[in-house]
Amino acid sequence: MDLKINVNGREWPVSANPDMPLLYVLMNELELRGPRFGCGLAQCGSCSVLVDGVEVRACVTPVSKVAGKSVTTLEGLPALYAEQKRLPQAPALHPLAQAFIDQQAPQCGYCYNGMTIKAAELLAQNPRPTEAQIRAHMNGHICRCGTYPLILKAIQLASTRMAGDVR
Amino acid sequence: MTAIFNDSAFSRRELLKGGGALIVGFSLTGIPLAASAARGDAAGPPDPNAIDTWIAIHADNTATVYFGKCELGQGNTTGMLQIAAEELDLAMSQISAARLDTNVTPNQGATSSSSSIERGGPQLRAAAAEARRALLLLAARRLGVQINSLVVADGVVSVDGEGGFRSVKYGDLLGDKPFDVKFTGTAPQKPPNRYKLVGTRVPRIDLPDKMSGRYELVHHLRVPGMQHGRVVLPRGQRAFGAGAKPLGIDEGSIKHIPTARVVRKGDFVGVVADNEWDAVRAAQALKVTWQDGPELPGNANLFTQMRAQKTTDTVIADRGDVAKGFSGAAHQRSSAYFCPYQGHLPFGPNCALADVGPDGALVRSSTQDVYNAREMLARVLGMPLEKVRVQYYEGSGTFGRSCYEDAAQAAAIMSQAVGRPVRVQYMRWDEHGWDNYGPAHLAEVRAAVDADGKLVAYEYHGWQHGWTVTSTIQDIALQKPGVERASGSASITVNPMSTGSMYVVPNRRVISHAVPMQGYLRGAALRSPLDLSFAFASEQTIDELAYALKMDPFEFRRKNIGDKRWLGVLEAAANAAGWKPRVMASSLSNDEVVRGRGIGLGTHHVSYGAAVADIEVNRRTGMIVATHLYGALDAGLAVNPALVETQIIGQMIQSASRVLKEEVLFDKRGVTSLDWESYPVMRFAEHPAVTPVVVQRIDEPSTGAGEEVMGATVAAIANAFFDATGARLRQYPMTPERVLAALASRT
Repeated sequence: MDLKINVNGREWPVSANPDMPLLYVLMNELELRGPRFGCGLAQCGSCSVLVDGVEVRACVTPVSKVAGKSVTTLEGLPALYAEQKRLPQAPALHPLAQAFIDQQAPQCGYCYNGMTIKAAELLAQNPRPTEAQIRAHMNGHICRCGTYPLILKAIQLASTRMAGDVR
Repeated sequence: MTAIFNDSAFSRRELLKGGGALIVGFSLTGIPLAASAARGDAAGPPDPNAIDTWIAIHADNTATVYFGKCELGQGNTTGMLQIAAEELDLAMSQISAARLDTNVTPNQGATSSSSSIERGGPQLRAAAAEARRALLLLAARRLGVQINSLVVADGVVSVDGEGGFRSVKYGDLLGDKPFDVKFTGTAPQKPPNRYKLVGTRVPRIDLPDKMSGRYELVHHLRVPGMQHGRVVLPRGQRAFGAGAKPLGIDEGSIKHIPTARVVRKGDFVGVVADNEWDAVRAAQALKVTWQDGPELPGNANLFTQMRAQKTTDTVIADRGDVAKGFSGAAHQRSSAYFCPYQGHLPFGPNCALADVGPDGALVRSSTQDVYNAREMLARVLGMPLEKVRVQYYEGSGTFGRSCYEDAAQAAAIMSQAVGRPVRVQYMRWDEHGWDNYGPAHLAEVRAAVDADGKLVAYEYHGWQHGWTVTSTIQDIALQKPGVERASGSASITVNPMSTGSMYVVPNRRVISHAVPMQGYLRGAALRSPLDLSFAFASEQTIDELAYALKMDPFEFRRKNIGDKRWLGVLEAAANAAGWKPRVMASSLSNDEVVRGRGIGLGTHHVSYGAAVADIEVNRRTGMIVATHLYGALDAGLAVNPALVETQIIGQMIQSASRVLKEEVLFDKRGVTSLDWESYPVMRFAEHPAVTPVVVQRIDEPSTGAGEEVMGATVAAIANAFFDATGARLRQYPMTPERVLAALASRT
């Protein structure tokens, strides 16, 4: 059957079995490097993407479930941000990604796909979250290198910048 | 986009042929180097005594550095480039690192024991100094001046005091031609007080690409014609030595997945398919009957069995007369401590891509040691060493020997069988269930003080089994029993550095009781191997003596430390935390949530670590939350203090996770903790704040900075629990059940 999915603002024909998890389509057919395999059990968040702005685990979401919806991966976040903020053009990096660099937060960086996606979801819903709100929102995403304190700081930094307080 | 690594632009076929065009270079003497092989043409390691092995200068006035330490996410590439750029007087933008490759990069040994900057750094510094001297000799000849009248900035050599009137670039002196200079190690190196780059907070070079999604991890590799493979193993490993023996395989059980096929080699079972989801499904659907292995002790009988086992004993430290020391003591404390198996469990399960043909093998893997990986692969494939080429691609943080060699060997076996490139990624249950776990540890510790508060005797007995030399896939494919490293420098014994070495004790004995690994779980080095367990036991005993003396534990430690660097980190951690002198557990409360603060010391083999922990204990639920951790690390000259700070943060969060939550679960049959639910780790909502303190010692050699504050962290948390509750926990992880039991036994 012919399936079309919209990823990062583009339509893609998908030849895959409709039961195939979205993750394998994104990694192997679209060759995207953002979403990645971590557990296949929706326990860790390494595969996260936004579907119509809501974070989902691509490792357990059948590709057919996202037909007719808008999928955003790490690669599509700058454009999504420009759309949300009505900017004339997409920045090179989403402000969260820039804040992660500025805080020198990542170590191996494997979990940062999910961390960035989940934090982008948060800041789109709640531009000035409290520390407690950030901790609660991010709790489904594991970092094995133990960089949580710097992720927290970076989200706070991005929130401030995005609100236009500091630029 | 800037490339992080300079890849040689070889096609797959060229790599496999092992041939390639010869290039003609020019040596420093101007004599053409006829028939000099192109870099990467031949199996390595390249000659470590040639400067060309380490450094290449390009015509555009940039340099490529070839070293043998892997970027594991710790940022060592940035640190190594700082060292080389400093000696060469280049800017960071002018220097890059070559990908680790058994045909290209020198063999600097495994990237383990936090050795990159400590042991890899001095070698690279000396090579860069030698390269600089060679370049200055060329410049002196070119400019017609004495070498000592030359200065260098950003790769431009000029005559001192002329304002750049006479100058020449490195690139113009040697652009893309070999040095042809011997690495003598005699070239003068910059004194540390003239460092401009070393000691500064250079941002990591890999982060921009990692954050944009452009960075190429081993997981991202895709090549034309590639198939996907998955291993098929019993869910959860059996006793070490038993392997995994398939008695029957029902290939009909995957008939409904058209492109999937079974690959066998010895006892190895895998599946290969055209697309990844098919391989995943087939590995799960394939019906295999496995032979049962010998019984394991299970968590329930683990420590009883270890204690009763016939062991091989080694005296690690023996000073003074311990019996006499104890006999005259004012106070003594002794106890047994129980420490679990724990997993490496990289967040992204291990992955590798192999292309094996009759002419050779190219394997891309996230190993910690490309040369060791090559040796193991050659054995598994039955190929001569020089036909196997291993290239390093970063995986996700491994923290020691997770299943990376297994993934590489499985990919190679399957590629050899199907004649096409095969990419293998472990599934979560493979990684959790077949890890080479950090071994369990049992300790019996006794220590004593005199009436003046001076330590007079210390005795530590530790039981643990060793580490695996071989890998699971190698063992089952070759149908050979796994090999344990029972002795020698890389075996695991009780670490004398972590067991009381920081104190002046006239009578001290440390004994290691080696339990054979046969019949236990497969073990290997897990970040700061067993130091967390040693510190958990040793530093609680020290704290108990301070309590017996009604002394502040910081003051007690200060009084018993003889070395100024131990004192330095102790004071740095205490200052950062605003430590106020007091006797532990002197303000107990009956509130539901009680608070405590503890202190501890620890290390790995070198460097000095100290920690203070603030925790909360919920007396109703038994939950412990670490709220703030303060860690001080003296690793000599910190080449990049920002990198050391992030290492301290990572170490402290991971240590809190390990002491509060992590434990491999297994029954008589095998391992049962196969995911993040059954093997919980520290999560975002509960993570503590961390205050890292780098004790910079610019005139001391750089020593390891990736493991040395973990023991201290665990000790500080354990001691904080006593401060909060007046009860001691002698077993970790400090789970709610154990907390409630400890609180109940106290009242």
